[in-house]
Amino acid sequence: MLASLTTSPSGLEQLWFTLIGVLWLGYFFLEGFDFGVGTLMPFVSKDDLDRRVVINTIGPVWDGNEVWLLTAGGATFAAFPLWYATVFSGFYLALFLVLAALIFRGMAFEFRDKREEPRWQFWWDQAIFWGSALPALLWGVAFADFIHGVPLAANATWTGNFFDLVKPYALVGGLATLSLFTLHGATYLGLKTEGDVRVRARAIAMRLAPVTFVIVLAFLAWTYQTAHTIHHEGLVPPLLPIVGLLALAAVGWLVRDHLEGWAFIATALTILALFTTMFLNLYPNVLVSSVSAHFDLTMVASASHRYTLEVMSWVALIFTPFVLLYQSWTYWIFKKRVGRPGSANDAPKRKIKA
Amino acid sequence: MNTFLAGISTLSLARWQFAITTVFHFLFVPLTIGLGLLVAILQTAFYRTGDLAYDRMTKFFGKLFLVNFAIGVVTGIVQEFQFGMDWSRYSTFVGNIFGAPLAIEGLLAFFMESTFLGIWIFGRGRVSKRVHLASIWLASLGTILSAAFIVAANSWMQHPVGYAIDHATGQAVMTNFWAVMTNSTFIAAYGHVLAAAFLTGAVFMLGIAAYHLRKGNDLAGFDKAARVAMVVTVLMAIFTMFLGDNQAKEMEVQQPMKMAAAEALYNTQSGASFSLLTIGNLKDNAVFQVRVPHILSVLATNTWDGKVKGINQLQKEATKKFGAGSYVPVIWLCYWSFRIMVGLGILLFFLGAIALWLIRKRRLEKSPRFLRFATWMIAAPFIANTFGWIFTEVGRQPWVVYGLLSTSKAVTLISPGYVATSLIGFTAIYTLLAIIEIGLMFRIAKVPPAIETPAEAERVPELIY
Repeated sequence: MLASLTTSPSGLEQLWFTLIGVLWLGYFFLEGFDFGVGTLMPFVSKDDLDRRVVINTIGPVWDGNEVWLLTAGGATFAAFPLWYATVFSGFYLALFLVLAALIFRGMAFEFRDKREEPRWQFWWDQAIFWGSALPALLWGVAFADFIHGVPLAANATWTGNFFDLVKPYALVGGLATLSLFTLHGATYLGLKTEGDVRVRARAIAMRLAPVTFVIVLAFLAWTYQTAHTIHHEGLVPPLLPIVGLLALAAVGWLVRDHLEGWAFIATALTILALFTTMFLNLYPNVLVSSVSAHFDLTMVASASHRYTLEVMSWVALIFTPFVLLYQSWTYWIFKKRVGRPGSANDAPKRKIKA
Repeated sequence: MNTFLAGISTLSLARWQFAITTVFHFLFVPLTIGLGLLVAILQTAFYRTGDLAYDRMTKFFGKLFLVNFAIGVVTGIVQEFQFGMDWSRYSTFVGNIFGAPLAIEGLLAFFMESTFLGIWIFGRGRVSKRVHLASIWLASLGTILSAAFIVAANSWMQHPVGYAIDHATGQAVMTNFWAVMTNSTFIAAYGHVLAAAFLTGAVFMLGIAAYHLRKGNDLAGFDKAARVAMVVTVLMAIFTMFLGDNQAKEMEVQQPMKMAAAEALYNTQSGASFSLLTIGNLKDNAVFQVRVPHILSVLATNTWDGKVKGINQLQKEATKKFGAGSYVPVIWLCYWSFRIMVGLGILLFFLGAIALWLIRKRRLEKSPRFLRFATWMIAAPFIANTFGWIFTEVGRQPWVVYGLLSTSKAVTLISPGYVATSLIGFTAIYTLLAIIEIGLMFRIAKVPPAIETPAEAERVPELIY
């Protein structure tokens, strides 16, 4: 492994690092808003019908969105086995919490309407809220830990415990993703609903936008400082985080001016810029060691052999276009706003009063 | 925590965790695969005939299919991630090969089934009838493809091919992807698993249709469902047995210890007999046995007098090849798992055959005892599926990758406290989910569909969930 430390990553390894980055970006862009929708459900709904409207905005797509995570996991396993093995075993309890949350959330979407009793629906609503908010927080904690460093000794041996993962910087990272995903969910609801839910989602978006801006700004500044001064390596392109912050700064204005499509694009852009910055900061490592820079887990050390990467590249090249095509098509099919039954949503009003 | 856990190793906790997660996940997955195909068949019948009875059956079984689908999805995430969590040394060793089918499964199968199922659930009345029909077929195809990649990955663990060992890192690396995807073990196992999954769906449908036929609910609809289910039950029971028999021959060549464990055959024998059951000690002190002459030889070698290797001889061979140690799996578990699986498979064939005979005689509705029996038999394929996997996984021990990596060297080096926490957590969650899911299934299955006019049948609610 030491010998490989001196070599720089091959083109194929860079390609797969990029593809895994793209899978995570796609995951956070898509599941980001359905986490946000789940987190906001109690705050934008006054009654059961409102909650059903909220759930129906993501009903046809949440499962497909979650597959981005499964594919990112599978691709990491195949392309960088040591990365997969080290992260998944090292973040053991954190990952357990994420999985438990995702289990309850997924069951809730499918089971909630299968019985009429308020008590049954109350508990599934709890599952939707906590099952959305908890992963939204924990993913930010985990990605902040990747950058800040984890207790990794020689040969990618994990030496710390659960509490090594909970550092102030990582917690700010968690708050950044939680607030950003929630805002993303608010702009999505503004785009996808009508009536009172839409009005409430807009009001929340306008109040949440400045708070999110401050948290994300703090997190990005701390990330810059961490990557630059502690580890003396990693690319920190100043342009990307600035683009992300500008987009985020615009969200409040866009929502106020009823440019709901643009507001959603702005929150999406912030998410993409934020996580691209994270991945670029990680490069050429896949995990930073907080013990010593000698023990950083590099792309080269964790990568699969050339042949596996070649096979996977062909498969990805052939099938990814189809996946993107039919997944985009579902969003096209279900492009109509969701409203309370009987509200005659055939002629959607372009502008409403705030 | 640590004093409480003194003496319990990470290895044994991780093994329990794997067993519980996999068994729980695979309780639901075969029903998803089987029912997906059957619902697609029912909807096609409606599309072609316009007979509303098929429409009612599509919606009725479609609802059960969806309740079941959800639980397969969420437990599938744990299934994929637990390799990294509990078996990180395994993951590092096999990632080059094992990771590839898992990633491809996500890209090819999971996206397909989740996306088209979304269109199927929410798209009725919003997409054309043809597209709506296509979406259930594509979702079903997704589940069938998904099984292919995960069984290919498992087959590599049973019989590694197309690989080399990288001596610098100690990892197994892939040298031939085509060899991995055409592994003879995979071809044999995939057919068997798929046929068993279709059988599971068909027996489930037959059993529920039988319940309603007995109660006199929607006779027109449930008679049609019973006919479709009965044909699939008979065909798939035959395929499952035939393909399973084919697997036994592969097994005798590739994993003779597993075959010997299936019979608890301690010493090599020609023209070996097969015991239907044993009371007493399997090793040398059976109190009572029912034996069928020559059948083990036929099963393992396809010849009347074929030689079947015994556990003692295989243990000696293995010690010579791999060094000192025990290479014998847990015999009683293999022996009984094998019998439960095979026995229930044969029983299900008779279930389908009797249903076929009764339907041809037009006596199915008038045979309450058979209908009651058919409903009880819903449990059988689930038990058979579970013991099939227990047999194939336990029979491979002490190896996790046959001949290359032992299970004890595959586990994550982590404190048992972590594994115990997630083991208790997941087991509690699974138990809760199983109670909720089965309760919900019973509720939904017992309510007969409402007879609708064509206009009512076309009506789509504004909010689906």
